[in-house]
Amino acid sequence: MAAGAVPLRSYRAIFAARFMLTLQYRVAALAGVVTQLWWGIIKVMVFAAFYHGASHYQPLTFAQTVAYVWLGQAFLMLMPWWGDPEITEMVRSGNVSYERLRPLDTYFFWYLRGMAWITARIVPRATMMLLFVGWIVPAIGLGKWGLMMPPNRAAATLFVGAILLAVLLSSAILMLINILVVVLVTDRGPSLLASQIVTLLSGILVPLPFFPASMRAVLFFQPFAGLADIPFRIYSGALAGGLAFAGLVQMTIWIGLLIAIGHALLGRVMGRLQVQGG
Amino acid sequence: MSGLSLYWRYLAASLRGQMQYPGSFLTLLLSQAIACAAEFAAIWALFLHFGQIRGWTFAEVAVFYGVINMSFSIAEVTARGFDIFGGQFVKTGNFDRLLLRPRSTPLQLLGHECRLTRFDRFLQGVVIFVVAARFVHLDLNITTITLVFATIAGGVALFTGIMILQATLSFWTIESLEVANTLTYGGVEASQYPVDIYVRWFRNFLIFVVPLACVGYFPIVRILGHADSLGAPAWACAASPLMGFLFLAVALRVWRIGERHYTSTGS
Repeated sequence: MAAGAVPLRSYRAIFAARFMLTLQYRVAALAGVVTQLWWGIIKVMVFAAFYHGASHYQPLTFAQTVAYVWLGQAFLMLMPWWGDPEITEMVRSGNVSYERLRPLDTYFFWYLRGMAWITARIVPRATMMLLFVGWIVPAIGLGKWGLMMPPNRAAATLFVGAILLAVLLSSAILMLINILVVVLVTDRGPSLLASQIVTLLSGILVPLPFFPASMRAVLFFQPFAGLADIPFRIYSGALAGGLAFAGLVQMTIWIGLLIAIGHALLGRVMGRLQVQGG
Repeated sequence: MSGLSLYWRYLAASLRGQMQYPGSFLTLLLSQAIACAAEFAAIWALFLHFGQIRGWTFAEVAVFYGVINMSFSIAEVTARGFDIFGGQFVKTGNFDRLLLRPRSTPLQLLGHECRLTRFDRFLQGVVIFVVAARFVHLDLNITTITLVFATIAGGVALFTGIMILQATLSFWTIESLEVANTLTYGGVEASQYPVDIYVRWFRNFLIFVVPLACVGYFPIVRILGHADSLGAPAWACAASPLMGFLFLAVALRVWRIGERHYTSTGS
């Protein structure tokens, strides 16, 4: 059934329900923040040591690299690490067959659920992290270890836009993982595969500008760069002007493409769904 | 049956169990291998750019990387029972059964699962250490070889100790706390580089609180014949892996205190 036939209201309700539910896990969020802070501290110190005495041209300044690291820790839950656990559970129990009965487009139904799940996990974690490294750390005089402010208003505005696009992109990638889970009837392989690819290609492991120059063009144009590299470099002003704009356009194209692919694939998969259990 | 032969029985049973699902086993093994390779490639990419880190070369850092990953992977393969202790033993009440058996609980937990899927980290550590040792022209004599083995043994003891402390915590918190990963995985991450690159408070934490530097930095400085910028005497560097065993002994004492505190969840 076409998405347009359903009032937008139901999609909003789907989003709100999952968002509020995921937001309940406050202790998990706090524990996550402490862990991410510790990792961030180690990474920042390692970079400080690398930059110490490094004379020749670097693709990012130290402050930009530190911003890249902290944003990576703050927005860690933006990454599509695993398939959506609710969908995985449905596949395992066989309840996925009920999804065929709903008067909604299954793709967009799942897409919004996943987007709510991702957003609700980012909001508390990112708020706490950004407050800490952007405000408290500089306030106690450790400014060079903290998160820099965006150099100008344009960078800040573009960053907000880029993060919103990144949420859409992440949800589109999450849907591809979900489809793999439905086809393979297990989440183990798809999740492992996804987490390895995302870690390496998003820039979370090492900022993409530090890869050898010959690989950089390819790395910039692959879809995973939109999850971390492009927004984070826009924030610090390392990607500005026309290039920043190109980054956003690149992300938008990938979002459209991945949604189209996912939509077509899920249609085929749900059309010949094999159900386990009962 | 002696403790050791009982432990071998546990190991054999666990391995047979894992081999029942060869597809899953191979998938995990492969993905682990990719993860390890990516991790090391990341360090390599940084060295391509910066050339050195506070005077240390890539090959020297690779020695640190190899040693700490060998230690950690052995602990990770064997001490899995402690890793999942909170969720699988305290929360479920399964720990009651362990207490009823006429054997010590640490032995039973060590034998709980031998997670062979994490074995590739060990192989990677060996390969990187051997290759890096050639590049830094490591002087292989009886002293350095003994010290390498002592360092790895001390590292295994230390990481096992951390996992035991992590498990002990769940006598109070019921669930396993993910925060403890900061010391295990975070410890590996931090020890992949020589500790003299870090700021003082962090360095002191790695020397005096959780003595990761004693099973990494100090003995390796001695093995490499590199000058120690922290000024520890040579004998202290050579003896420092003992701190790992001391840490394990303390962790086992704390475990016993926690065990006395244990009240079954009754489920």
